[in-house]
Amino acid sequence: MSGAGIETFGNSERDDLYAQLRAYEGRAAATAGRGKDLVNQPMIRHWCEAMGDTSPAYRGPDAVAPPAMLQAWTMGGLSGHTDGTGRSAAYDEMFALLDGAGYTSVVATDCEQEYLRPLRPGDRITFDTVIESVSPRKTTKLGTGYFVTTRTDVHADGERAGTHRFRILKYRPAQRKKDSEPARRPRPVINRDNAGFWAGVAEHRLLIQRCTDCATLRLPWMPGCNACGGAEWDTVEAGGEGTVFSHVVMHHPAFPAFAPDGEGGPYAVALVELAEGVRIVSNVIGVPYDKVRVGMPVHLDFLRTDPDLELPVFRASEGG
Amino acid sequence: MTRAYRVGDDLPPLEIPVTRTLIVAGAIASRDYQDVHHDAELAREKGSPDIFMNILTTNGLVGRYLTDHFGPTAVLRKVAIRLGAPNYPGDVMRLTGHITDIRAGEPAEAVVQVTGDNRIGRHVTGTVTIALPGPSPKRGGA
Repeated sequence: MSGAGIETFGNSERDDLYAQLRAYEGRAAATAGRGKDLVNQPMIRHWCEAMGDTSPAYRGPDAVAPPAMLQAWTMGGLSGHTDGTGRSAAYDEMFALLDGAGYTSVVATDCEQEYLRPLRPGDRITFDTVIESVSPRKTTKLGTGYFVTTRTDVHADGERAGTHRFRILKYRPAQRKKDSEPARRPRPVINRDNAGFWAGVAEHRLLIQRCTDCATLRLPWMPGCNACGGAEWDTVEAGGEGTVFSHVVMHHPAFPAFAPDGEGGPYAVALVELAEGVRIVSNVIGVPYDKVRVGMPVHLDFLRTDPDLELPVFRASEGG
Repeated sequence: MTRAYRVGDDLPPLEIPVTRTLIVAGAIASRDYQDVHHDAELAREKGSPDIFMNILTTNGLVGRYLTDHFGPTAVLRKVAIRLGAPNYPGDVMRLTGHITDIRAGEPAEAVVQVTGDNRIGRHVTGTVTIALPGPSPKRGGA
């Protein structure tokens, strides 16, 4: 156990798997690996066709391989790294540990290549790969897992041809919602200080708090008046007219529950200034996200997002 | 003959339609048979809404973007990329580049900051070092 003090996210258990994985840092992932094919013109042509790369440097009698193909010459392909391609037991063991713990998926995140000399048809590729580092457990949008960084030194006919540093995330896929269970918006936290607001929403009334000492309006609801400190209040029902004071468009990451199409596409979040002078954060509906503008007149509406939740939103006014 | 490149220059953007065909063709041309790059059903089981472009294809497209701009006598020295928002079918990736350094030498080298944005965000950020074409029209490798 060398991983002193490594803690998982969200609880205080030690990450024993990380301690095991770290032991692989510095070990060989491939030793004297051999490319399955000599550098060759058909594979170069297929690559250029896929990439839409028409450079004359990669064609004709003096052709070189596109430098960015470096890794392709070392790939195991459909049959994988079969005997003789140099894959070490250490790398397979480390992957088996991760697979066994449920971290079964792989996605590449970083690739750093340096090209020392051009590869030409006929070159015989050999390579050595070392496991440079393993990250502590990380949670990403795809799921939770470990970043594994390897460095590969590529040789062509025995000469150094390039280096290739590669980082992957080996992860446990996040649970995806079934189609029958569409994503739901977060529930509002209702407490003594704001229960009246939500009671109003349930009756399709947008209630603004008013200080009974100084008559200052406030929204969102708060226990006391920011203007005079008064604790007593009553309410005024909003007339429903307002204008967009400011807005942002949310593109990424996708939160399907907020998007009108449920697919997580872009959606507009607006700060609406009510005719009464207070402002509220909400969604603008009735126009595409990219048609929302500052100053746009809007009026109050209520949107049932799912059977258990109804929210005040703002509809762009006709002809606005 | 030698075109003057200057620090601060922007490369013209390149828009690449991310078709299902490009994703699959790029994966196969790079010898990458991970199912998430060709099988939508298995990709979904792994938490992805669809197949997505593999990093080798992004790498190849970034390389192409640079050599398209600097010409066939320019030689890539380093390409370092990091992926963010995935390239899913039906999207369009817009590559942009910005020259951040020119290093004197024989040949001179340019350092270019590259980004590729799609509809959901930034797919790739990268730094490319490329040896610039010398006065001779012959290939500049050495």
